[in-house]
Amino acid sequence: MSTTVSNAPPTGNDAMAAPRQRGYWGTVGYRLRYDPVTLFFGAVLLSVILAAVFASWIAPADPYQESIIRRLKGPGYMGHILGTDELGRDMLSRLLYGGRLTLLMGMVPVVIATLIGGGLGVVAGFAGGIVNTLIMRTMDVFYAFPSVLLAVAISGAMGGGVTNGMIALTLVFIPPLCRVAETATTQVRNLDFVDAARATGAPLRLVLWHHVLGNVLGPVLIYASSLISVGIILASGLSFLGLGVKPPEPDWGLMLNALRQAIYVNPLIAALPGIAIFITSVSLNMVSDGLRSAMDVRS
Amino acid sequence: MSLATSPIWPPADPRDRGGPQQPLLMVRGLQKHFAIRNGVLGRVAAHVRAVDGVSFTVHKGETLGIVGESGCGKSTLARLLMRLIVPDAGEQIFDGDAVGVQGGISVKDLRRQAQMVFQDSSSSLNPRMPVQGSVAFGPMAFGMPKADATALARELLTKVGLNPALFGGRYPHELSGGQKQRVNIARALALKPRMVILDEAVSALDKSVEAQVLNLLQALKRELSLTYVFISHDLGVVRWISDRVMVMYLGEVVEIGPADALYAAPKHPYTQALLASRPSMDPDRRREEAPVSGDPPNPVNPPPGCRFHTRCPHAERVCSARAPVLGDAAAGAHLAACHIQNPASGHSLAGRPVRPALH
Repeated sequence: MSTTVSNAPPTGNDAMAAPRQRGYWGTVGYRLRYDPVTLFFGAVLLSVILAAVFASWIAPADPYQESIIRRLKGPGYMGHILGTDELGRDMLSRLLYGGRLTLLMGMVPVVIATLIGGGLGVVAGFAGGIVNTLIMRTMDVFYAFPSVLLAVAISGAMGGGVTNGMIALTLVFIPPLCRVAETATTQVRNLDFVDAARATGAPLRLVLWHHVLGNVLGPVLIYASSLISVGIILASGLSFLGLGVKPPEPDWGLMLNALRQAIYVNPLIAALPGIAIFITSVSLNMVSDGLRSAMDVRS
Repeated sequence: MSLATSPIWPPADPRDRGGPQQPLLMVRGLQKHFAIRNGVLGRVAAHVRAVDGVSFTVHKGETLGIVGESGCGKSTLARLLMRLIVPDAGEQIFDGDAVGVQGGISVKDLRRQAQMVFQDSSSSLNPRMPVQGSVAFGPMAFGMPKADATALARELLTKVGLNPALFGGRYPHELSGGQKQRVNIARALALKPRMVILDEAVSALDKSVEAQVLNLLQALKRELSLTYVFISHDLGVVRWISDRVMVMYLGEVVEIGPADALYAAPKHPYTQALLASRPSMDPDRRREEAPVSGDPPNPVNPPPGCRFHTRCPHAERVCSARAPVLGDAAAGAHLAACHIQNPASGHSLAGRPVRPALH
């Protein structure tokens, strides 16, 4: 081109440019691959999920098989790798099976709430004005109640059970996710590059998709992934109160509650469901932290 | 019948509907008042008169410079011209077609022919998009396949002096201010516009980079036969790049005219003060006192009559009583909205040549 004016950089020299020719998600993936901490906790998380999914193949014993004489035995007792619970059931099997309901109740509500709450928040943030007021003041009504109380109240009103518990948790998670999405959208909306994208005459849906959503997705996804561990704990709370999972179904929260009284007899066994929740939560938080760093292309 | 259909004037651009005599952009009485709300009920307490009845014309192939102090409504005007903000009143005619009204052209069609370069080179690029993606976005939004749009983006990056192999895949934070502004210019050119609005496009750049970008803009204008609306507070830059200059004060046009005439013999006392505020190259002619004192009045409650009368050295009773009119800006006319310019206004200096009589 004839109009190249002044400091035109030298052409060629593609060796420097070669590693930079990847899209945004390609960059995120590339950065994640070189983050050992995130990779480690990602692997832990993956094994927890896989162990729960394939529990029926992995579990050494029947998680419902009780035994009066083998109650609250320590690890290694008569082939029970992690010991037995207060009814003599194999702890390892119960933990593996328990992961299914616990992870389900932790993750499904967060995923649904991210779609609904995040969507509402983006709409509120981008539309502004009366739409924003309507959506956000409705969310404020939910905010007036402590989240645990709200979850208990909703699932109490609808009756116990896993499905109702998940619905209750979804409703609890929508307002905070909506607010995070709304804040992020409002910030992004006022930046010039959104105006520049609008000024191209592109349809609003493309501006939203390519310029707004991409910048809102980061904070929302990270917040959502940190909510999963809250979800697991809240689900455990519901089960504790008899509103979520019903005994004898294995669930980490329910197990924690049942083994509470055994803490003086065999503290290690009593701590095991807590350790499972802890490992899962920490892994989730570390992965979301790594994801956040990888998604922030500026650093 | 327009000149465009005559064989003597073959239109250079098939989109050129009105022919060379039809101004590319005509603005009549453009107005935007921002409501200030307060209290829980959001009651409208007052209006900021950001742009208050602005009229002007941009001819094909020219550069219209717009100057004024901070807060005089320059940037609001730029956004109004792109319809990023909806005007309260006034009409905008692009190449003979009214914008956004029945029978005229849609805002979308306007945006295909007019593009804007924003002041803040960093915030006007998506931080999560490689810069060639930002450039390719517009063409892709109008249905160009991704590969073609990327190829076009890389070609445009070359045109603005950035090696696409080196810079195309970079993110905005990996570029300097001048490089980012070049990307912004490339993006504005991606839709092959006929008019480019440059809102303080070089103000944030340091002087050497500013000169490079200005040269680039001039070269691009020649090559692509563009029309520029160049908004700046930098009087020197505006004079250098502009064919005609428009001076704004508190949301109104106070003077408009050919750049040379306006800089050589400013008619409005505000323009005189503005030009006198430029630092002198000659240390013996260095001025010690400010040519105009005080800050501009609050645009929420502008002074009655002539808005400059609170700071004008020639202010008389008539100035606060009646607002002077600019008159109809015919092509190339040098006009000022000042009672001194109108012999019938009753101002004591009216009809006499005004010297820059500040000191």
